[in-house]
Amino acid sequence: MTERTVLTQADITRALTRISHEILESNRGAENLVILGIPTRGVALAQRIAEIIQRIEPASGAVRVGSLDVTMYRDDLAHTRTRTPSPTQVPGSIDGATVVLVDDVLYSGRTIRAALDALGDHGRPSVVRLAVLVDRGHRELPIRADFVGKNLPSASHERINVHVTEVDGDEFVSIEGGVEE
Amino acid sequence: MRHLLSTKSLNRDDAVTLLDIAEDMADVANREVKKLPTLRGKTVVNLFFEDSTRTRISFEAAAKRLSADVINFSAKGSSVSKGESLKDTAQTLAAMGADGVVIRHPASGAPQVLAGSGWIDAGIINAGDGTHEHPTQALLDAFTIRRRLHGPASRGRGLDGVTVTIVGDILHSRVARSNLWLLNTLGAQVTFIAPPTLVPADTSAWPATIGYDLDAAIDAGPDVVMMLRIQAERMNAAFFPNSREYSRRWGLDDERFARLSSHSIVMHPGPMNRGLEISSAAADSERSTVREQVANGVSVRMAALYLLLSGDREDH
Amino acid sequence: MSSERYLVRGAQLSNGTTTDLLLDGGRISEMGTGLSDAGATVIDADGLIALPGLVDLHTHLREPGYEQSETVLTGSQAAAIGGFTTVFAMANTSPVQDTAGVVEQVLALGESAGYVTVQPIGAVTVGLAGERLAELGAMAASRANVRVFSDDGFCVSDPLLMRRALEYVKAFDGVVAQHSQEPRLTVGAQMNEGALSSELGLTGWPAVAEESIIARDVLLAEHVGSRLHVCHVSTAGAVDVVRWAKARGINVTAEVTPHHLLLTEELVAGYDARYKVNPPLRRREDVEALRQGLADGTIDIIATDHAPHPVESKDCEWDAAANGMVGLESALSVAHAAVVETGFLDWNDLVRVLSTTPARIGRIQGQGQQLTVGAPAELTLYDPSARRVFGRQNLIGKGVNSPYLEMTLPGQVLATFHRGYATVLDGVLRTPAEIGAARAALALGSHE
Repeated sequence: MTERTVLTQADITRALTRISHEILESNRGAENLVILGIPTRGVALAQRIAEIIQRIEPASGAVRVGSLDVTMYRDDLAHTRTRTPSPTQVPGSIDGATVVLVDDVLYSGRTIRAALDALGDHGRPSVVRLAVLVDRGHRELPIRADFVGKNLPSASHERINVHVTEVDGDEFVSIEGGVEE
Repeated sequence: MRHLLSTKSLNRDDAVTLLDIAEDMADVANREVKKLPTLRGKTVVNLFFEDSTRTRISFEAAAKRLSADVINFSAKGSSVSKGESLKDTAQTLAAMGADGVVIRHPASGAPQVLAGSGWIDAGIINAGDGTHEHPTQALLDAFTIRRRLHGPASRGRGLDGVTVTIVGDILHSRVARSNLWLLNTLGAQVTFIAPPTLVPADTSAWPATIGYDLDAAIDAGPDVVMMLRIQAERMNAAFFPNSREYSRRWGLDDERFARLSSHSIVMHPGPMNRGLEISSAAADSERSTVREQVANGVSVRMAALYLLLSGDREDH
Repeated sequence: MSSERYLVRGAQLSNGTTTDLLLDGGRISEMGTGLSDAGATVIDADGLIALPGLVDLHTHLREPGYEQSETVLTGSQAAAIGGFTTVFAMANTSPVQDTAGVVEQVLALGESAGYVTVQPIGAVTVGLAGERLAELGAMAASRANVRVFSDDGFCVSDPLLMRRALEYVKAFDGVVAQHSQEPRLTVGAQMNEGALSSELGLTGWPAVAEESIIARDVLLAEHVGSRLHVCHVSTAGAVDVVRWAKARGINVTAEVTPHHLLLTEELVAGYDARYKVNPPLRRREDVEALRQGLADGTIDIIATDHAPHPVESKDCEWDAAANGMVGLESALSVAHAAVVETGFLDWNDLVRVLSTTPARIGRIQGQGQQLTVGAPAELTLYDPSARRVFGRQNLIGKGVNSPYLEMTLPGQVLATFHRGYATVLDGVLRTPAEIGAARAALALGSHE
């Protein structure tokens, strides 16, 4: 089994900075922006993006950031072990806001499908965007990311590991060869 | 979790996880859409062999907030001689495709019999069995205490060092038994105060202090005082002379309530006998959690239903 | 067709000696070594113990009235496979065995079944209602020759009525077998009262409810100079009371069931109603005291309290379940495990508590006799070295409410002889047709 680092901590920081700029560009500023991370690692990435946006545009006031747990909306609840949900914290009303969902890896798209359903139960944003650190392909639903840190074509038996300092104590993205079955 | 039959069999990690999930469930009540799609397509049967509108509607609200289909089955007369047997009822529910059964039964152990019988494969939640256990009541009590003590910082915590005094008919109380085990597992210290006639025969193995003197217990300044409902029929069976004497010695009256330490909270599983085991002043005060307990009951039962009915059941 | 002449080759007696036994004409006709096998069916009894036929002073045969639970025939068959040659049939049938007519009917059913001697017990009070005495004298004088009277299932709790019953049965050397349970102290009782009942939320059956009645009854028996038998003693305190009474010279005998000698209340924790019985399973300390009491003679006998129930009476929640366990098929193995393997009793003692003494208490003739030449051929051959996982296939009666299912038990009955004919051979119950043929052959023989 081989493991190969594809993004270092510095690469990740650069990618998040670029994504932050792209978000600001597409939203024409930080106004009305709500950044929601999908637990677990998406929450840390959302925090980082919010901080970077804050640094880039300090005049726009505090960027609203929070977390959106999707466990209760998953379509595979009956097929895996019982999942323990994480807290959802939506900062204020999202009605009419531009919501950017943040996740670490975009794969089948099912998590994002669940996130869109969850979001709908909290309010009606005017626009929803998706930012991911890694897009590894293999989509099973018609979903695509608006902001991507790195496109990482992979085989489905391969495993993508994302570590972020806040959760794991270290930070990198690696790809594991896995054993083909 | 395959079934929720008792708190005695619940370990600390599982209990804290359930309470944490209940926190998430409580948040749902504050959203625009107070409903989750989680148990869509699942069928939950409320199988009540004993009247309890409060408990039944709490489970019903919990199941519906999780989008489960709810069937209420009120089955009076459980024994073979008095109608349909538990076995036949269970097999009927199995044939109807019940995924979860919430059972309230006057016979201690009936939920355990159902879970172990092979009559039905559904997840079983004990909603009160005889004088044995009422685990979701204890969980909502623990949840309520934890929230009062730790507020938004409750997640992940137990009840270490919290002193809880439970007063009343311990002998016949499934609430007392479930609280005993759960509170102890979570690190709290439990004291039972009751007339000697309403203390079980042998409590030597119970992790609790037993006493007869409510005044001394109040003066000890417990963090929580939980008053249990006293049933009128106990008087006829000579457990105590009459309700006035009970109230004088074991009731939380205004005078005792005034003496409670300022941080103590007052709990009651309901329904209350105002003026008997608890005065109106105590029940309606800021320190009373009676209404919170009802609201929290829904959150805790949502968490229990989620843990039982989601996930691959082959997995267990 | 079998001639019903058997040579049991090389059996060990309870006293340890080895002998052949020739069974002929309903009696043990010869004993010794190297007996001739001419005209006899030879049974190789090497390694087997020959015991006098077992006598159960406490059996519920359920007929008349509850034939879905058991009949005299099926209960007799269960008894035979368990090594018994006599059972005393408890009075709580429907109609109750409280008149000469009913006890004679039960006697006749037993005769017709032919597997064991069925000796009816008479009710103490009319309808077991505890209000007025049944016709004890008529039952005693009937063809059933009743000597044991019991309201078992209910306690004769009225002290005056109990006194009168004890006095009255002296007229015909009868005995009152009391089900010692103070009714007011056991309202709604479900299991032994103690730490476990407190935890499980099951209404307790306190030891004092048994002990207080026994104490009262031994004092009554002393006062009126009567004979008292205490059914199914189950607590350490009850053993103490009986021991005290015997030391005082009171004419009391006591029994213990196999299940109270082996099982403890911990089994109730799963709410499996197979373990629901009255009196309830007690603590480990009680089991120890009962074994000790049996060993030192305080407790006189083991009796099964065989109580068959239909499946639906046990396949339900605990409170709704019926009390009782079947016990005839397993009694000898359970006694073996509980008091022989543990060193409390030897095989001679076991003969005393399962055959000789119960026959004496019940005043029944031709039973419980030592295996000697000329004695009635009432015996059982037991393989003490066998071990088996006890299962449904071992239950011959109608009831399957055995607490021993899936348990590994020692020993097995391989043959039982009653009135000279085999009721069990090679560990297999003989069919009613075979029993009929054997009886006919013996009857023919006796006329020759």
